[in-house]
Amino acid sequence: MGASDAAVQSPLGQSILRKEDGRFLTGTGQFTDDVNAPRQTHAYFLRSPHAHANLRGIETARARAAPGVVAIYTAADLTNVNGLPCGWLITGTDGKPMNEPPHPVLAQGKVRYVGDPVALVVAETPHQAKDAAELIEVDYEPLPAVVNVRDALAPGAPALHEQAPGNRCYTWALGDRAAVDAAFAQAAHITRLDIVNNRLVPNAIEPRAALASYNRADDAYTLYVSNQNPHVERLLMTAFVLGLPEHKVRVIAPDVGGGFGSKIYLYPEETAMVWASKRAGRPIKWVADRSEAFLSDAHGRDHVTHAELALDAGGKFLALKVETTANMGAYLSTFASCIPTILYATLLAGQYTTPAIWCEVTAVFTNTAPVDAYRGAGRPEATYVVERIVHQAAVETGVAQDDLRRRNFIRTFPYQTPVALNYDIGDYDATLDGAMRMADVAGFAARQAQSRTRGKLRGIGYASYIEACGLAPSNVAGALGARAGLFEAGQVRVHPTGSVTVFTGSHSHGQGHETTFAQIVAARLGMPIENVDVVHGDTGRIPFGMGTYGSRSLSVGGTAIVKALDKIVAKGRKIAAHLLEAAEADIEFRDGKFSVAGTDRSKTFGEIALTAYVPHNYPLDKLEPGLDETAFYDPTNFTYPAGTHICEVEVDPDTGVVDVLAFTACDDFGTIVNPMIVEGQVHGGLAQGIGQALMEHCVYDRQTGQLLTGSLMDYALPRAHHLPAFKVGTQVTPCTHNPLGAKGCGEAGAIGAPAALMNAVMDALAPAGVRHLDMPASPHRVWQALRGAAA
Amino acid sequence: MYAFEYRQAHSVTEAAGMLGQTGGRALAGGQSLVAAMKLRLAQPGTLVDLGAIPDLKGIRRDGDNLVIGAMTRHAEVAVSPVVRDAIPALAGLAEGIGDRQVRNMGTLGGSIANNDPAADWPAGVLGLGAAVHTNRRTIPADAFFTAMYETALAPDELIVSVAFPLPRQAAYVKFPNPASRFALVGVFVARLADGSVRVAVTGASPSVFRSKPLEEALRGSFSAATARGVKIDPAGLSADLHGSPEYRAHLIAVLASRAVAALG
Repeated sequence: MGASDAAVQSPLGQSILRKEDGRFLTGTGQFTDDVNAPRQTHAYFLRSPHAHANLRGIETARARAAPGVVAIYTAADLTNVNGLPCGWLITGTDGKPMNEPPHPVLAQGKVRYVGDPVALVVAETPHQAKDAAELIEVDYEPLPAVVNVRDALAPGAPALHEQAPGNRCYTWALGDRAAVDAAFAQAAHITRLDIVNNRLVPNAIEPRAALASYNRADDAYTLYVSNQNPHVERLLMTAFVLGLPEHKVRVIAPDVGGGFGSKIYLYPEETAMVWASKRAGRPIKWVADRSEAFLSDAHGRDHVTHAELALDAGGKFLALKVETTANMGAYLSTFASCIPTILYATLLAGQYTTPAIWCEVTAVFTNTAPVDAYRGAGRPEATYVVERIVHQAAVETGVAQDDLRRRNFIRTFPYQTPVALNYDIGDYDATLDGAMRMADVAGFAARQAQSRTRGKLRGIGYASYIEACGLAPSNVAGALGARAGLFEAGQVRVHPTGSVTVFTGSHSHGQGHETTFAQIVAARLGMPIENVDVVHGDTGRIPFGMGTYGSRSLSVGGTAIVKALDKIVAKGRKIAAHLLEAAEADIEFRDGKFSVAGTDRSKTFGEIALTAYVPHNYPLDKLEPGLDETAFYDPTNFTYPAGTHICEVEVDPDTGVVDVLAFTACDDFGTIVNPMIVEGQVHGGLAQGIGQALMEHCVYDRQTGQLLTGSLMDYALPRAHHLPAFKVGTQVTPCTHNPLGAKGCGEAGAIGAPAALMNAVMDALAPAGVRHLDMPASPHRVWQALRGAAA
Repeated sequence: MYAFEYRQAHSVTEAAGMLGQTGGRALAGGQSLVAAMKLRLAQPGTLVDLGAIPDLKGIRRDGDNLVIGAMTRHAEVAVSPVVRDAIPALAGLAEGIGDRQVRNMGTLGGSIANNDPAADWPAGVLGLGAAVHTNRRTIPADAFFTAMYETALAPDELIVSVAFPLPRQAAYVKFPNPASRFALVGVFVARLADGSVRVAVTGASPSVFRSKPLEEALRGSFSAATARGVKIDPAGLSADLHGSPEYRAHLIAVLASRAVAALG
């Protein structure tokens, strides 16, 4: 949007308080669990207690007779119901499509992870459903289980799926192997690193929930579901699984209490419930409890990687070689296959000119919950590989951390990386300089000496990350295997009195779209943001939507709104030209007024809106009445937010406790609409990134496949006291290919923080002889590493 | 949660009678029991609520003892001027339990009757050599905690109060489990009025225990350096995701030395 179009006091760039917070802070939000339907029943999912077992029989007769039971369904009932689809086809290095074993809605013949849903019990109350489920007799024949990728790939490992020999989903590669090998042969120094990216459980504050109902009168279904992209949920559910006409299913994702990726997907539960709502003839509600969320939400990360970086004598990176094995869990979740490939290997250039990169990824099935995108989705894993090995290379070559990074920064844009992406713009020196200034790197040595006098080990760590956001040019994604488009839709409805309702295909579950998008509209149309309401999360009201993930809402969803606004203004100009008896080309729109250039003759936006709906004096022969425009926007490139994070830690060698003393983030998100919301997004991302590095770790028992970290008693989430007061700042290079100049900010914190924190820990532990430590840097692990190094 | 019968008792005698009659369980603050019931891990047929029994509440000085009623909430102990004056370490211990909601509900009696291996109160009771008064008898701390989640209490025996002898000095240092915030290891160090030293350790093994090596070493020389130098045998200590027996053994000495250092 041109700045000239903005009102004098443009709301763009202002930290306007969030419009949605009024209802959240006063308890008037409407989450799925707040919605109730007349004659509603309650669902309980009986889940497998075994990680791997043959299902020899399910006896439900006793349970059916239990008090309050309406119906019980198992896989045997789900005739004409297909498995859940995977939305991204990866083609392997062997030229073959990935192995895509069926993902039944309810377990069929076998269970493959602890928590695999076996039966759906529908009863009058949640307790009756649960009581009845205990009466279902399932005849399991337990099988040996594998939970980690190494065990799953071992010869003779228990096989999960007939369709995936050796438990392999695919082996896929990107880059020029020959060029990489040649560069390594010339290298003055090679740094090697084996690292694990720890498995995480998302833990949105609102667990997954759904309310499915079927209306006989119009043969249509309504599904309320805590979800990040209701249109895609509907498309996948109707077209691929249930075979229902898409227009007969309305999906509403009302207020959603956090997603972080885990609510992008089509899950078995709501799919079974939609199907069952017609069968049972009653609305069905389900709200997961926290234990169920741990078992059944799609998990994140879980990579095992070997990486090698070749450098010349001057510290220039010559080549990077990365081999990763990624855990898919028991079944392919909706976007699982593209996370460790398309969203991972393509980011391995980082901010650097490394001319040759080769990455091979093997995706593996294990007896664990499905793994899919979690805040950052592939990009935190890539950043962790690149920034950990760059840190280690600097240590090994004796070059300062910032210096080695600067020697390799990309400075000419656009820049074509050797791993498919084309960076449009960035200024990596600016964010590194900014971060170093804010972090007072100059004073670090004195602080470190001071810590030493107290017997503490102090360290500083850097992460200069890049991410590819604004997913995505549909044709590029399609060529890479996407089975869906990645555009976004926006509709701007101007009401006769001039106020505006915006319908967006993006979905807000904490991101503040109702405010940010209103700011964009208010700025463009020259009206107070109070006159703009934003509607999201309802297939019944919104033209279409691809949803919110991958930091895409502002750059793609926001741009769709801008494109719709362009149409509104263009039409308004025609109406104004008619009313002002001037040529359309002479009409200017500024500060909410259409005027004839060079005159004082003008019409307000409100007058134009009213004229559009009361077209008494109107060019009806040339122009339709009304002022309501829709646009679909498909981006021409990814956006490339980037920045440098610097973390300072102090380690207590007596206990192994890592204290995060300071965390600085200097990010380039392009043009910023609401700095306060951006800061909040960065804070949240940093908290999650620090959580991953410091304490979060999802662990399954290697023998039994039981989830050992099945609750918050064992799975450690960060608390406020683990986090320092963040220092955050921004540098701006506007994105070159969308009119907002926006790049996205939702994931950056989670992408940069783990590497920055672990590099700081490694810096602190280096004098004690510790070279590498895998996340999380828990007290126990740090203490063990120190003890191991001392031994 | 399974269905259960709820009974409210108004006296200790009535409560004991109800427990004997029904074979049910006593409900104190409910911070462990109710959570276990919600997870369907506990299925008591009857709950006998002790919350309306006035005799079980209160904090008072009784000569050289601090007496705390079994149904006194952690939050009350944490802010009690009587506790802060008599044994400040216990106020600090109570203040460090769980979170605000837990402290407002959870009770001293409930905690020690449950004898969770990672609870804080058992360390205070054992570390001070307190006397547990029940509706039938007085049980010395050394005989009270018998095994993981087990105590010397009979099924219908109720704790009335706990008498803590006033020490010369006492300190409690807890290293929280990164997830649950229960004690991964907690060490309570006390120098009693007669000069003897007691060291109680929670979190590190299936039940709270006294560390004889630390007590002996500190009896010889009551200093942080002495405690730090004691080698604790990891044999028998707990192993879980958050700490090996070796790590717990190491932490016992570290925390003991920090407790002694805190006494100045």
